[in-house]
Amino acid sequence: MAERKIRILIAKPGLDGHDRGAKVIARALRDAGYEVIYTGLRQSPEQIAAAAVSEDVDAVGISVLSGAHGYLFPRIIELLREQGADDILVFGGGIIPDADIPVLKAAGVAELFTPGTPLADIINFLRERYPE
Amino acid sequence: MSKQQWTDTALAKALERGKERKSFTSTSDFPVERLSTPEDVHTDYETAIGYPGQYPFTRGVQPTMYRGKLWTMRQYAGFSTAEESNRRYKYLLEQGQTGLSVAFDLPTQIGYDSDDPVATGEIGRVGVAIDSMKDMEILFDGIPMDKVSTSMTINAPAAILLAFYIAAAEKQGVPPDKLQGTIQNDILKEYSARGTYIFPPAPSMRLVTNLFAYCSANTPQWNTISISGYHMREAGCTAAQEIAFTLADGIAYVEAALKAGMDVDDFAGRLAFFYASHNNLLEEVAKFRAARRLWAKIMKERFRARKERSMMMRFHTQTAGCTLTAQQPDNNIVRVAVQSLAAVLGGTQSLHTNSKDEALALPSEETVRIALRTQQIIACESGVADTIDPLAGSYYVESLTDRLQEKAEAYIARIDDMGGAVKAIELGFIQREITESAYEYQKAVETKEQVVVGQNQFIMEKVPVGGLLTIDPETAAFQVRKVTDVRKNRDNAAAREKLAVLRAAAATDDTNLMPLILDCARIYCTEGEICNELRAEFGEYRATEVL
Repeated sequence: MAERKIRILIAKPGLDGHDRGAKVIARALRDAGYEVIYTGLRQSPEQIAAAAVSEDVDAVGISVLSGAHGYLFPRIIELLREQGADDILVFGGGIIPDADIPVLKAAGVAELFTPGTPLADIINFLRERYPE
Repeated sequence: MSKQQWTDTALAKALERGKERKSFTSTSDFPVERLSTPEDVHTDYETAIGYPGQYPFTRGVQPTMYRGKLWTMRQYAGFSTAEESNRRYKYLLEQGQTGLSVAFDLPTQIGYDSDDPVATGEIGRVGVAIDSMKDMEILFDGIPMDKVSTSMTINAPAAILLAFYIAAAEKQGVPPDKLQGTIQNDILKEYSARGTYIFPPAPSMRLVTNLFAYCSANTPQWNTISISGYHMREAGCTAAQEIAFTLADGIAYVEAALKAGMDVDDFAGRLAFFYASHNNLLEEVAKFRAARRLWAKIMKERFRARKERSMMMRFHTQTAGCTLTAQQPDNNIVRVAVQSLAAVLGGTQSLHTNSKDEALALPSEETVRIALRTQQIIACESGVADTIDPLAGSYYVESLTDRLQEKAEAYIARIDDMGGAVKAIELGFIQREITESAYEYQKAVETKEQVVVGQNQFIMEKVPVGGLLTIDPETAAFQVRKVTDVRKNRDNAAAREKLAVLRAAAATDDTNLMPLILDCARIYCTEGEICNELRAEFGEYRATEVL
């Protein structure tokens, strides 16, 4: 049987329409050998948590550029926990001020990638989490 | 000596001694000429370049350009509440800004009141929260609406926000025909790049053309749309694609207005455009010139416009947000200066300069002041505004102008074959092209084929950046209280009645909804209430995602 590929959900929560980063990262992760599902725009935290569970993903990558990260990230993590899916790794990126990063990490976000991060850093982060 | 002779002799010898650094490609994927000479320029001066203020407007839309009047310095601004943003506008006007540009928060852009659960976390974050005419009155408190020109970046609910603006002006005693400004009202690029759509394309295009018709009769100094390439460029497309996709959208709007029974010369003069300005200075200058010439040709030849004004591509420019780096943010001041110079050399009518901290947060007062000063230095010290279209006649710029136009025309022909821009968006063609270009660019950054100073080369230890703007956490609660009070203090029976009238008219195809929306606005119906009536009738757009 072929080995199961690592599955990643790339998610755009809230009302933010800036999806260039989310789409580029989805493409790059796909090219790096991951199975990638992209939610599309304007997904509620509930929709994202439900998709993560029903698609049986290993990780969720959340992109927020609207400044609503302080609400959206913790809410998605809370919903995953409620559904017993706290084994799903949550990482993310966007316009996230340095001061907010420790707060989000304390809420359970594994890593945050801010503007200018090389794609290779994100792929390396996932390779370390999921060694082949 | 011909160019070929030079290539075979002097150049060949030099290349024998040492190779060039790399291969040179423009952002629009064609090789950059080593050297342009008269042999590379095939255009006829009179017909293809001509004089400013005359068809085909390659050299600019006015006969005097910046010698008559400088471009409008218009900083896109808005955050938190109407009260806070009103203070920022007054500050910008005191600092010598010459026009206002309103940034709305996402709930406002997507038609939700601040107390809607969907708005949680987003209130006042990327712009100002406007729930009803009340907020618009506060936003312009002490700012004379007959004197200042205002641009509003609002699209899906453009008719509603324009109604709030008109109604608030009436309360200041300013009649609609005195209002000057622009409403973005460009729904097509929301589907292809920006993402703040509400309704499906057909009813959205109806709202767009209803607004055209209303303004044509009532607000003669108002630009009824700002057909925008900016957001598609920000999403990753190239300069040539930016021209093509913007003008293809423009064609779709003109066709929709003609289909609604309007005469081309009654509305085309109030169409405005909006572009990005990037770092590749000469390509950007050529882009603006090519776009201006191509739009004039489209309006004259395809749509048989008779008035010269209908053929003029008047445009706003914003420096490219996506070129700003979070690393070494001071470097962004230099990028913005280069990009602004390109916009001015390209003949823009108004300009927003980004602030150096915008890869990190909304700009602070200090950083926005530096951005405004950048424009003022170009205007008053550089001398480039003293003569018209100074790069015309440059062998390189003219040949690049021709090539960009050719490339854009080829794209427009493909989009025509698909059935126009609306169809191309429904097929995902434009989205796919943008995403593909964005990914190619990112790969070039990864391999350092594309250098980004301070980000993938000339890197320094990260220094924490201070003085960033933060949004008061009390904003949301304050805004919710305000909209609750508005609903409590108005005539609710009248509000219900006017909303029902609007809903009934939305169910028909032929009523102009704009006057009915204005009726709702005047009696303090909220944006969310008006949008919900339209949602119930029109339905909501669901995007097909293209990766």
